[in-house]
Amino acid sequence: MVDWTALHLSLVLGAATLLLLLPPAAWLGRVLAYRRFPGRELAEVLVALPLVLPPTVFGYGLLLLFGTGSPFGQAAIVVLGHPLAFSFEGLLIASVLVNVPFAVQPIQNAFAAVPRNVREAASVSGMAPGQALLRVELPLAWPGIAVAAALTFAHTLGEFGVVLMVGGSIPGQTRTAAIALYDRVQAFDDRGAALMAAALLVVSLAALLLSNLLSRQVGRRTRDA
Amino acid sequence: MSGYIASDKAHMLLRRHALLLAASALPLGRPARAQGAGKDAPALVAAASDLQFALEDVAARFRADTGLDARLVFGSSGNLTRQAEQGAPFQLLLSADEGFIFRLAESGAARDRGALYAEGRIVLFAPPGSPLRVDGGLDGLRAALDAGQVTRFAIANPEHAPYGRAAEEALRSAGLWERVQPHLVLGENISQAMQFATAAGAQGGIVALSLVRAPQAQGRGTWALLPDTLHKPLLQRMALLRPAGATAERFYAYMQTPAGREVMRRYGFVLPGEAQ
Repeated sequence: MVDWTALHLSLVLGAATLLLLLPPAAWLGRVLAYRRFPGRELAEVLVALPLVLPPTVFGYGLLLLFGTGSPFGQAAIVVLGHPLAFSFEGLLIASVLVNVPFAVQPIQNAFAAVPRNVREAASVSGMAPGQALLRVELPLAWPGIAVAAALTFAHTLGEFGVVLMVGGSIPGQTRTAAIALYDRVQAFDDRGAALMAAALLVVSLAALLLSNLLSRQVGRRTRDA
Repeated sequence: MSGYIASDKAHMLLRRHALLLAASALPLGRPARAQGAGKDAPALVAAASDLQFALEDVAARFRADTGLDARLVFGSSGNLTRQAEQGAPFQLLLSADEGFIFRLAESGAARDRGALYAEGRIVLFAPPGSPLRVDGGLDGLRAALDAGQVTRFAIANPEHAPYGRAAEEALRSAGLWERVQPHLVLGENISQAMQFATAAGAQGGIVALSLVRAPQAQGRGTWALLPDTLHKPLLQRMALLRPAGATAERFYAYMQTPAGREVMRRYGFVLPGEAQ
């Protein structure tokens, strides 16, 4: 049987991750694309780090961070009334951190690809920086943002190692679709596993397809304008 | 126009990752399979995670006594069984319950229905500083639940981990299952349940006696043995699998010698043919 609770949880986690991550990622991507500042190289390396860092390193780090032994873990218990480990909030923090490169890199590339003369033209024709951002840069960089959103969402659905280490497989809270699939496999429920896998495959494909469509349409519109 | 450029760049990034992924799936030289053929070749032994510490000890004694090596892989019994069925090169599998071994015998992945090697016991465990008072009657747990002091309680996943199943049965026998359920965190196997119960902010859990008896677990919390009347017996069975070689056969036999049994007894296992 498809574990709808788990699938629903994964979708909510994906949406919440997008909501939290995309605005700061858009800001950071733009800064990295346009500004030259000391430490920029380091910032880019840090952004890319989760791509190569084993999820278990993340999981272990989060266990230490969330644990009752750390000041952060203690503070979280005071604020939330429960530890961050084994909680949706904990998963959300993990998910945001792990997805940083998937959100920032496409956006950075998209801003970097906005031609300098277009940006200069906007400023010369008297547009305020905020106006230029809204009416020139964002429309041009939009496809990169759509790709970032799709990658972040799809990657959240697929996150496994970190969730396995800090989640505790609680239905409706930390048992994501990927974990539910793993549990089905271990319980020798092949039919359940296959259905969960198919559902995840469809959602991931749909996310990527949607972002492709969106970015193409906006590309066409900006070209016609 | 430039919208296209940006989108192309982003897609290139996507494609680059896709290529990396595809490349990593290529078979870059086959890893050496464990050899069942060589007489002194090490045996690859898969074991349920309640044996995490006990079996390391047995393997060390085995090495000292015979000069032979057993390489150990730990996991949940369900997962290891599945991997064995899919052709993992395990030569001997020590499950935390009988069902998985019978399953392997039926499918032909195991040579036969093997032998019982131990009966497992479970304990109520609480980390230092926990409000949970541990006792065999689970009265402390009931009191802590009444006082609303339990927010997280760790057991292994009852769906596929035998020790999780026993924990569920014990909680049901005590009439506490419905009350504990909202607070449960499920370990992927009993080791992870133990880790959840010790380190990550749970007030306690039900774990394997063999784990809390290990020297590595000393000082990590208090525990109380739960009566074996609260749950169905954890009959732990092992069997030689198809790839088994001479060393695996020796290890299988060693588990049943007085030396092997002595180590298992130290970790709190009840041995076949012995009373408590």
